[in-house]
Amino acid sequence: MSTSASGTTRHMRGYGHHRSHPAPHPAIEGRYGERLLAGWFATGRPADLRNHLARYGRAPVLTGSGDGHRLIDTVARAGLTGRGGAGFATAVKLRAVAGHRRSERVVVANGMESEPASAKDKTLLQLAPHLVLDGLVLAAEAVGAAEAHLCVARTGDGLDHTLRTLIEERRHHGLDSIDIRVHTPPHRYVSSEASALVNWLSGGEAKPTTTPPRTSERGVRGLPTLVDNVETLAHLALIARFGPDWFRARGTAQTPGTGLVTLGSGAIHPGVYEIEFGTPVAEVLALGAVPGDAQAVLVGGYFGSWVPFAEVSGLRYSPEGLAALGASPGAGVLAALPAGACGLAETARVLGYLAAHSARQCGPCRFGLPATAEDFSRLAFGGLDRAGRLRLERNVALLRGRGACKHPDGASRLAASALHAFGAEVRRHLATGPCPAALHGAALLPTHAEPIADGDWR
Amino acid sequence: MSRIHRVIVDRIACTGHGLCAELFPEHFALDEWGYPVQSAEPVRRDHLAHARRAVAACPALALRLEAVRSRMPADRSDRSDPPAAQPTNQPSTGYRTRP
Repeated sequence: MSTSASGTTRHMRGYGHHRSHPAPHPAIEGRYGERLLAGWFATGRPADLRNHLARYGRAPVLTGSGDGHRLIDTVARAGLTGRGGAGFATAVKLRAVAGHRRSERVVVANGMESEPASAKDKTLLQLAPHLVLDGLVLAAEAVGAAEAHLCVARTGDGLDHTLRTLIEERRHHGLDSIDIRVHTPPHRYVSSEASALVNWLSGGEAKPTTTPPRTSERGVRGLPTLVDNVETLAHLALIARFGPDWFRARGTAQTPGTGLVTLGSGAIHPGVYEIEFGTPVAEVLALGAVPGDAQAVLVGGYFGSWVPFAEVSGLRYSPEGLAALGASPGAGVLAALPAGACGLAETARVLGYLAAHSARQCGPCRFGLPATAEDFSRLAFGGLDRAGRLRLERNVALLRGRGACKHPDGASRLAASALHAFGAEVRRHLATGPCPAALHGAALLPTHAEPIADGDWR
Repeated sequence: MSRIHRVIVDRIACTGHGLCAELFPEHFALDEWGYPVQSAEPVRRDHLAHARRAVAACPALALRLEAVRSRMPADRSDRSDPPAAQPTNQPSTGYRTRP
């Protein structure tokens, strides 16, 4: 879905999407307000260094005393929030590291994108890599870090090699004040979690560790560490150039700016799209030509929630807009369940995947999550009795707040939202057994199948 | 400003011995695999001795008692005399408590 997906994006962008107000900076925004992907829509090619500099200009260099704090204040005024899933205020994270008493600090760009339904980070790193690299260097300068790492998943697709070549080219042009090191930690669902990355970069396994301490307090080799998603850093690179007012010209007051969205299963034109926060969900789904008879939408990714199509399409795409249904943009995933498909079967497969991809460190992931996945599978494919259903509901609730990381919480949210959104199917499956779609339908939501051996975390 | 106490569980260190639920049943129950299910409430002042005993007894050293400042002066946990009608910190039923 990753690259070919973006290929379809370019031609479909105009779909039902006509804005009357003029773009504030036409030169650096695409026709429909795209910022990160403006170069892609203009040229249809990944932005090389020359394109990048021609479009956006050089990033400011923070050398003077107080420059770093000024940039952090600018980010705070822009209201930038993290794009890795949690949506935390970026300036708060920057300040925590910048204000740490230890002067040795580390910055990590998280491009792991372990969420199988998401392709935005990889697409961004392919189409506009220099924005991410600019953002990483700016963030390092802002917090006073002399060490910068960029982590991408170990998938063998050569992205890490491409990025190293680009960094070498930037060094040749004297663009960056510090060296960026590219890493490929193991590609597991939980290994993109900030503490897991930090653990791996410190020489350990790519498994989450107990928080607190937060990574800003004790991160890579015990040093205060900023871990930011690559899309967050790309936005930061633009905010540093064009300022908070420019950034706020798009999006909502609460969630300013644009965001990358992956339209996955159920879309006729799946791909990565850049949208303004606050855009009606129906309009976002129309970009990928999601048919109007879809049953439900998985919002946020495999940590997200299933919501009925009719209810979600009336909302606006933003954390505050989706909160009405208890959903959140998460990692920017919208996956539709087409008419005729079985949401319980899809959820059962995803829960099985989440159970297999846990680090099996805490009680809920050792026992509760596998048991939940197994019961859910019986619900979808047959064999669950009434007692099993009660056990399933109890275990789903018990997964919350009981792990070192939020892996069990995310799985719990997904399972609970499925039991709610597909309530009628749950009753039907329990009464008359699995539906034909569950038994014979092909899997729609992608999962990586390979099991994890114990030595695979390094 | 007053202080409230919380038991922090290191979920990775915990291996489900279950002593916490035995020594501090007002605060801890166990799931069907013997892992703690903790009350969301802070530790009541009159339960602090139980909390300390559970922390000291945990074979995995997975528990820690932490005093945090509360901005809410009227915190229920800090009243010397908790309202009788309030339920105790016992988590809702449905979990096995070890005999």
